[in-house]
Amino acid sequence: MNRTWTPYRAGLLRGLLEFRYFVTSAAEMTGALFPSLIALVVMIFLRDTDVDSSVVSLGAMTMPSLIGMNIAFGGLMNVLGILATEREDGTLLRAKAIPGGMTGYLVGVVVLTALSTVMTLLVMMVPALTLFDGVGLNGLGGTLTLLWVLTVGLVATMPMGAALGSLISSPRLVGLLMLPITGLIAVSGIFYPVTALPGWVQGIAQVFPFYWLGLGTRSAMLPDAMVAVEIGQSWRHLETLAVLGGWAVAGMLLAPLLLRRMARRESGSAVAARRERAMQSAVR
Amino acid sequence: MTAVDPVTADPDQPVIEVTDLRMRYGSEDVLTGVDFTARRGEVLALLGPNGAGKTTTIEILEGFRMRSAGHVRVLGVDPAHGGEEWRARLGVVLQSWRDHGKWRVRALLEHFGVYYRPYSTGAVKRPWPVDDLLEAVGLTAQAGQRVSQLSGGQRRRLDVAIGIVGRPELLFLDEPTVGFDPQARREFHDLVHRLSDMDETTILLTTHDLDEAEKLADRIVILAGGRIIADGSADALSRRMSTEAEVKWSRHGEHFVHSTLDATGFVRRLFAEHGEDVADLEVRRATLEETYMTMVQRFEQGRAESAVADFQEATR
Repeated sequence: MNRTWTPYRAGLLRGLLEFRYFVTSAAEMTGALFPSLIALVVMIFLRDTDVDSSVVSLGAMTMPSLIGMNIAFGGLMNVLGILATEREDGTLLRAKAIPGGMTGYLVGVVVLTALSTVMTLLVMMVPALTLFDGVGLNGLGGTLTLLWVLTVGLVATMPMGAALGSLISSPRLVGLLMLPITGLIAVSGIFYPVTALPGWVQGIAQVFPFYWLGLGTRSAMLPDAMVAVEIGQSWRHLETLAVLGGWAVAGMLLAPLLLRRMARRESGSAVAARRERAMQSAVR
Repeated sequence: MTAVDPVTADPDQPVIEVTDLRMRYGSEDVLTGVDFTARRGEVLALLGPNGAGKTTTIEILEGFRMRSAGHVRVLGVDPAHGGEEWRARLGVVLQSWRDHGKWRVRALLEHFGVYYRPYSTGAVKRPWPVDDLLEAVGLTAQAGQRVSQLSGGQRRRLDVAIGIVGRPELLFLDEPTVGFDPQARREFHDLVHRLSDMDETTILLTTHDLDEAEKLADRIVILAGGRIIADGSADALSRRMSTEAEVKWSRHGEHFVHSTLDATGFVRRLFAEHGEDVADLEVRRATLEETYMTMVQRFEQGRAESAVADFQEATR
């Protein structure tokens, strides 16, 4: 067997097996799906609330946006959370001690994240398509749009998650990062049309992937008339591709550097020191 | 890249070669010139008090830490530039904590084994077949269990299994029995003996426990004060130690102690000088353990320099 490709193959199997462990763990599945289910229940209540005499309800408008947000959130926070946790518990060090182990490890993280993000997406898609009037995949074009938005979204957010994850020294800091990210999501037109916000807030929102992923999924799943509440009355596919592509390129340039730096610093004593710290903060 | 066949590789070439290894963190010198070698098939214990730099040394050899200066070769390669092929010939036993808790024991060993498959050579079939490996470390009954359900001792044996799944030529064990109860410790020692018997595996382990070093190692290298202060088999070290003796006596109710290399000569002179006045005479040779313990105690009291100097005096 080939020395170059073995780690990739091992990583693929690793990701699949970790995904199996994930879906067969009731606790983890609940943790992963609970936020989506809460959002779903809220949206069902908003099924009959209309926005400014638009053609669909507020609930129907938000469902596709939530799916878009889930792609970004899944790509970013899953990778970030996994790296932060597994650096502390020594999983990464084990990978480092094995030939090609780091490559295999990262491929495994990517596979696991992609699969669990797609799973969350499907869990949201089924009720979105069946329970909400006006939400549907707009033919073949809409399906293709959703597929490329999903793919580009993951490619744009996972490397960033890896880059951020390799900067964070403790899983307890992940919660801290949730604050600015939640803030960003709040202004990204997920829960309310972004055009209702002041211009400078719209400007900030358009820098980050959340807004663009929400826009992409809305374009795939909402009636064309809904484009009226978007910036410039356009789905802006090219801009979406450009911004997400920019994040992807930046992430892929940054992530290998930061990951290498992080990997270089891993050692038994570094893991032992982190374990010591984690034990102390658990006791406190 | 071609595989280095360990059989055709020069058997006389040391597996580990360390010359004048130095490590400095900020303004603190942790290693001030470490020298030692390990030959093929040897079990070497790096012994020293806590904080002596054992972990730093082993992590440099593992390629996990960059050294400040010095010459280091592990399996003929500088660990700072060791590639994946070099990595495939090493085994590192890491102290697991809670990683891979969801994985089942057999699945985990099979997974890690996959990475070694392309590094199989005519002489060394890699990886170690999982069933044989489970049996070697005594985890056959736990093969289907989740890692998180293993007891502490079983988990450490799994750590060893992961360390040797690639059938390494050189195995690193850093403080392998810390936190073990006596039973687990004895089982672990048996496992290390079996490992060193089975293949020509060279083993480098660190410990702060002289007893453990004596039980496991062919050769003990004592690290203190940032350098190697003694190097030899447990027997050789104790023989060297036993040249030092402590003479106690009293004269007119006053007690005296004197350490000497020539106890017989000293006592002869003592009697020649004081004759009948000498009472309570006692001559004791210090054991390796006593000398080592004294050194460790003083080292831990912060008197590292004098502790090391006296120890070297005693083992000269």
